[in-house]
Amino acid sequence: MKNLTTKVLSNQEIAPGYYRMRILAPGYSQQARPGQFIMFRVQLSLPPLLRRPFGVFRTGFLPPECDGMPPLEYVEILYKVVGRGTGIMQELHEGDKVEILGPLGRGFDAGPVGEEKILVGGGIGLVPLYMLASELVKENRVRLLMGGRTRDDIITVTEFERLGVETYVSTEDGSLGEEGLVTQVLVRKLKKFPDSRVFACGPMPMLEAVEGICRDRKTPLQVSLEALMACGVGACLGCVVIGAGHTTEQPKQLCTCKAGPVFKSEQLDWSQFGGKNQKASGGCK
Amino acid sequence: MSSTQKTQQVEKPNLAVEIAGLSLKNPIMPASGTFGYGEEYAGYIDLNRLGAIVTKGLSLNPKAGNPTPRIAETVSGMLNAIGLQNVGVQDFARHKMPYLRELNTPIIANFFGNSLEEYGEVAKQLSDIPELAAAELNISCPNVKKGGIVFGTDPKAAEAAVTAVRKHLKMPLIVKLTPNVTDITVIARAVEEAGADAICCINTLTGMSIDVRTRKPRLANRTGGLSGPAIRPVAVRMVHQVVQAVKVPVIGVGGIIRAEDALEFLIAGASAVQVGTANFINPGAMMDIIDGLERFCIDEGIEDINRLVGSLEI
Repeated sequence: MKNLTTKVLSNQEIAPGYYRMRILAPGYSQQARPGQFIMFRVQLSLPPLLRRPFGVFRTGFLPPECDGMPPLEYVEILYKVVGRGTGIMQELHEGDKVEILGPLGRGFDAGPVGEEKILVGGGIGLVPLYMLASELVKENRVRLLMGGRTRDDIITVTEFERLGVETYVSTEDGSLGEEGLVTQVLVRKLKKFPDSRVFACGPMPMLEAVEGICRDRKTPLQVSLEALMACGVGACLGCVVIGAGHTTEQPKQLCTCKAGPVFKSEQLDWSQFGGKNQKASGGCK
Repeated sequence: MSSTQKTQQVEKPNLAVEIAGLSLKNPIMPASGTFGYGEEYAGYIDLNRLGAIVTKGLSLNPKAGNPTPRIAETVSGMLNAIGLQNVGVQDFARHKMPYLRELNTPIIANFFGNSLEEYGEVAKQLSDIPELAAAELNISCPNVKKGGIVFGTDPKAAEAAVTAVRKHLKMPLIVKLTPNVTDITVIARAVEEAGADAICCINTLTGMSIDVRTRKPRLANRTGGLSGPAIRPVAVRMVHQVVQAVKVPVIGVGGIIRAEDALEFLIAGASAVQVGTANFINPGAMMDIIDGLERFCIDEGIEDINRLVGSLEI
């Protein structure tokens, strides 16, 4: 984890409103673990004042710029243009200077080898699941349930399929895959494969529904949360969530940036969400 | 600066300053609440290079703070309503001090209370921590026993809080003032009278931001404290006023991002400065500022940074 002053290698729109940015990032393929994130800053730009958190989509290498040079190591992030920060980001080009802090946070725990693994992702929530899938497919059967409002929210299907992941798409308007919510697919899959382990990332209402389904069936679940945060290193306390067993006398609050962003479902007090944060996701991405 | 000073060759300027009996390597320290308990930033910077470390605000008992959302970005600033979440003074002594005491930089414990008794009790418990160099008193809190009036907005209440603390505190006392008052010099004089060894100004400015689509406040607490570059001119003005009103040294804080910003405060009369929001944006901000101060002194031929303090030309 450190602050890198670096540059954009590419920045492309991959679906309406969704972008993929590749950033030069020496050391990342060794350091970054599935589920971790970076704090991104458009260098020398004020505003926006604060960095924005983005899940690591993947890391990799590009052929060197010329013979004899080392290959270019990169980190990739995916983002949806939702506000001023991401609005500025979509205008960035190859060679533009940026700063990234990371890789940060605690990522996914893959669990025992050979188990059925089910990934549930909604919209931009697919991002941290890709790197997880690429590790899990080595020794496990991996199924990915992708959900979105419309077909435009279903991104990176090909990338997941190329890994050998079985993908199941559902959209609320039926414009792609099955019509309805991703959670109804989850219920069916868990009926068929009751000994699965579930990994989920997406909007809070989706995560709450997934949590309910997994709790009823005693299925182990890890969720990756999104939160507004200023620092990413556990100092600002802007991104806290209430942990299980929290009381006023003995507060048990967890920083999403440091204790998370991936939590085992039993670490969290799920009553804190209760639909309250329905609109909050997307704020920081 | 006169032209004769500018021509002087300076290789290694003195950045060390003294405040309320504390010797600091340089005038740069974090603002309370933006630097955790220090250790959070240990992986990013050399903490020993800092002039001092100021901890997150401590209370008698652990405090959960406010519900989320707790932060919102605004134009050149941010609003926060963390609600003074902290581990409490006892847990701090047991679990945070062991790391901090190994560092080679003075540790300043920021603290607060919601009654005079609580202020006094925290001061007493802080005095039992031998490695602490100083305490910084936050008086921007409501007195829950007196109808919730904020101590720092009333000269009598501010004086009472400082007196209650002074009685029990066995180390230098810095009092941090709120800018949410009509005349900050009145409060500054009151806390000096009551025994403050130094004054720190300013705390955050109360603000509010609304999401026009949901029509809801962007903070769960409705209002919050505004920090960042947006408040810097207000802070510089208040430091300038306070320096003229009191004899004790002043620590300036408010929107410092770069070395030039810190210099504004020093020239206005602050003997040291605190860096807050900038730590969130760039963990290395304070290192860059220290380097920048040294470079400025070399460029300007200033052999001792203390010569800049209060050098405002009017």
